[in-house]
This record gives sequence, structure tokens and C-alpha cells, in this order.
Amino acid sequence: MKPDRQTVINATFDILRSIAPEIKVDAIDLSKKLRQQIDLDSMDWLNFLLGLHKRFSVDIPEADYGRLLCMNDVVNYIQEKIA
Amino acid sequence: MIQFELPSLGSDMDQGKLLVWHVKPGDQVKRGQVVAVVDTSKAAVDVEIWQDGVVAELLVQPGETVPVGTVLATLLEPGEIQTPVETPIIKPTVTKRHAVSPSARKRAHELGINPDVLNGTGAQGSVTLADVESAAHIAVSLVAPADTAQARQSDMRKAIAAAMSRSKREIPHYYLSETISMAAARAWLQQHNENLPITARILPIVLQIKAVAIALQKLPQFNGYYREGEFHPVSVVNAGVAISLRSGGLVAPALMDVSAKSLEQLMVELTDLVKRARAGSLRSSEMSEPGITITNLGEMGVESVFGVIYPPQVALVGFGRITERPWIVNKELHSVPLMTATLAADHRVSDGHQGALFLAELRDLLQIPERLSDTQVKGESA
Repeated sequence: MKPDRQTVINATFDILRSIAPEIKVDAIDLSKKLRQQIDLDSMDWLNFLLGLHKRFSVDIPEADYGRLLCMNDVVNYIQEKIA
Repeated sequence: MIQFELPSLGSDMDQGKLLVWHVKPGDQVKRGQVVAVVDTSKAAVDVEIWQDGVVAELLVQPGETVPVGTVLATLLEPGEIQTPVETPIIKPTVTKRHAVSPSARKRAHELGINPDVLNGTGAQGSVTLADVESAAHIAVSLVAPADTAQARQSDMRKAIAAAMSRSKREIPHYYLSETISMAAARAWLQQHNENLPITARILPIVLQIKAVAIALQKLPQFNGYYREGEFHPVSVVNAGVAISLRSGGLVAPALMDVSAKSLEQLMVELTDLVKRARAGSLRSSEMSEPGITITNLGEMGVESVFGVIYPPQVALVGFGRITERPWIVNKELHSVPLMTATLAADHRVSDGHQGALFLAELRDLLQIPERLSDTQVKGESA
């Protein structure tokens, strides 16, 4: 069952919050690069992807990392993978 | 009888607050077991015991803040029998009185301090005004709890300031840098990670840390401590990894025995170390035993980082961002992922020549990443 857009966004915010508790998710611009808006190092990024993997049971090969730049990318990617 | 003292968990720590005991009198403890949790200005640290024994008495209670070196508990050595000493131990009283300057005595009275018990630094051990002021300062810092996030922040800033000031005051740093092609390393990692689940993928920093450890086997003068006027090399590579904390500040706990471990294992341990550093649950051995520190500011996009050595260590390796640049290979122009590695080292222990050999070794090791994946690689470059 394909999750709707808002479900994916909310789940993604939850994962981000667990990695970086100090961030304000309301301030995140969905169309701007995520790692330029919040301070995520490569370990955080890996944990973020791991969180997506666990939550949505999708596999994210390393070759796809470059496609996941902003929140909209992430949402589209997850929806595409589950569809 | 074993006296279990509060260990120094890094050169920037001079006191700690006991949060909780995990043992009670009569408990059998094993070397390496976590027996207590101590709050430093940086984090709550799980303190391990370094000897087998049986807990006899807990001398410091949860909530107490004590200086490094304070006996926290006594333990009986294996086989030792607790002698039923019932006579109370009479504490030695201060019999030797030092002269106290009038101004010091006046100030001590104002501050509510007994000047007669202080160690004087004036002539013939007399207690000066400065001694009283510094005693008052210590007394204040000993009772001030770092309970709020803001207080912890300010404590951490002070601790970092103290360690870095000491470093810049005592260590004659020299700095070297080398541009390293990461083409082979990146290709190897891509291939390695391609079919692996997220959980098993390896980050470039793990290759870099392993390469540092192998290079140190060949050039051991960068791994160890400078204490009491001489260098004490360490044979095992416990690499301190600088980890920035989300609330500000940083810690550099050790990845233990790096050269003996596989990349997969190092990745698992690094992930765990970062997580625990940020959650504030590090172990005392991780805080007190790194023989060198590695910092990777490339993550944040900078090209290179020249570090400040963390005393009593004698070297710090810095990695910058991996970025595509024009590079000449066999007289042809190529676009190659490059990274700047730097070394800050202690001139009391090594010279630039050895430092250059170290960076060259590091560079060569990163050209043959498949060799870094062995658990027992020798520090020889092709």
C-alpha cells in the first residue's frame, strides 16, 4: 500500500528528529537541499537512510544517494519504491 | 587492598561528579567491568575498573563531585581476606601550620575558608592572597553542578579552552599537508558497498582511520603520550576520533585497537561510538586511552584542517573534503577525487622528515584499499 505524501513527510521528520533533536522541522524547506539546511554528517546521513529503510522497508543502494537531495526527492523516491 | 581512584578521562578533566554506582560492597568485579558512572564537563562516562577484585567499601557517594585521583572505593585483591578492622581510622590532622599573610587571612575570612589548611605558594610555604582566591575558585567549581544544558555547555567550553591552551602553551607544533588521490579508495568502496544493505556499508572515514593505524605501525613516534619530559610510545593503536556534539563542543573518544580490526568491524564500532558520544554514554577507557586523534572536517566542506594536538598526545591527523579536481596522471589531465591529509605533530618527539614519511605512507596505503581490508596488514607500501 503506497503511503500518502504527508505520511512519508511526517515519518521522515520523525527520523530526522531522532538524529538531530535540536532541529525545527517546520523550518525545513521541502525543495531545498536537506544537508544544507540541517547539519548532518555522513554518519547522520547513513542513519537517516537506515531509518527510512527500517520504516518503509525500502532498500536504498549507494548509487541512489545522489538522487536524495531535498525532502521532496526523498518523498518521491520512497513513494516510487513502494509503488 | 586496591584503591580505585577517579581516573582522568582526558586532559581537560580535573574533577568529576559520581552519578551512580553499579556495584556494592561484597560484589566481585572483573577487569574492564563498568562499576560507576561519572559526569565530566563533557559527558556522563561509564567508568571501568582495571583489576579483578571484591568491592570492600564505597568511599564517594552519588552526587558528590571530587577531583581526579580521589579514591572512590577500596577493593580486596583476589585471595585477599578482609581483616575485621573495627578500630576507626583516625584521619591525620593538619599539624604543620604555614604562615598566612594578613591580606590572605582577611580574604579567607570573608570567603569562609580556613587559610591554615591551604597549601601556600609564597615564601617558605606561606599562604598568599592568590592561594586563598584559587582555593575559593576550586571550592566554587566543586559545588557548582552542571545540571542545566547551558551550564554543561559553558563547562565544556571551559574544558576545551583549558586543554587547547595547554596544548598551544606546551607543545611545539609543526604542520604538514599532502594531497592524496582517493580514486582507488572511492572505486573500491563503491564496489564494496554496491550490493550491501545500508547496515553493512562502509564510509570513507573508516578506510582513512585504518590507513592511519597501519601507517603508525611503521612510524610509531606519532602514537603515544608525552609525559614528564619524555615520550611514551604505545604499541596498540587506539585512535581518538573527533566527534562534534549536536549541542556544541566535541569529544574525541578512542576506537580501540584499530589495526587489528576489519573495516566492517571498525564501521560498526565507529557508528556505535558516534551514537554513544552524542548520547553521552562513553566508557572511561575510550576517553583516557587514545594515543593519537583523527579529525575529519571534510564532512563540513572544508578542504583541510590543521589540528591542535590533544595533550598528552603528540600528533593529530586531519582529513579534508574529498572533491573532484584536475590532476595529472601519466602526463594526462584527469578529473580525480582528491583529499588533503594533514599532520600536526609534536616537535619534542618527531621532526618534519618523519612526519613527511608518515603522510607519504598514509597516501600510499590509500592507493591500495584492498590491503586495508585485511585485518593483519603490515605497514609496508608498494
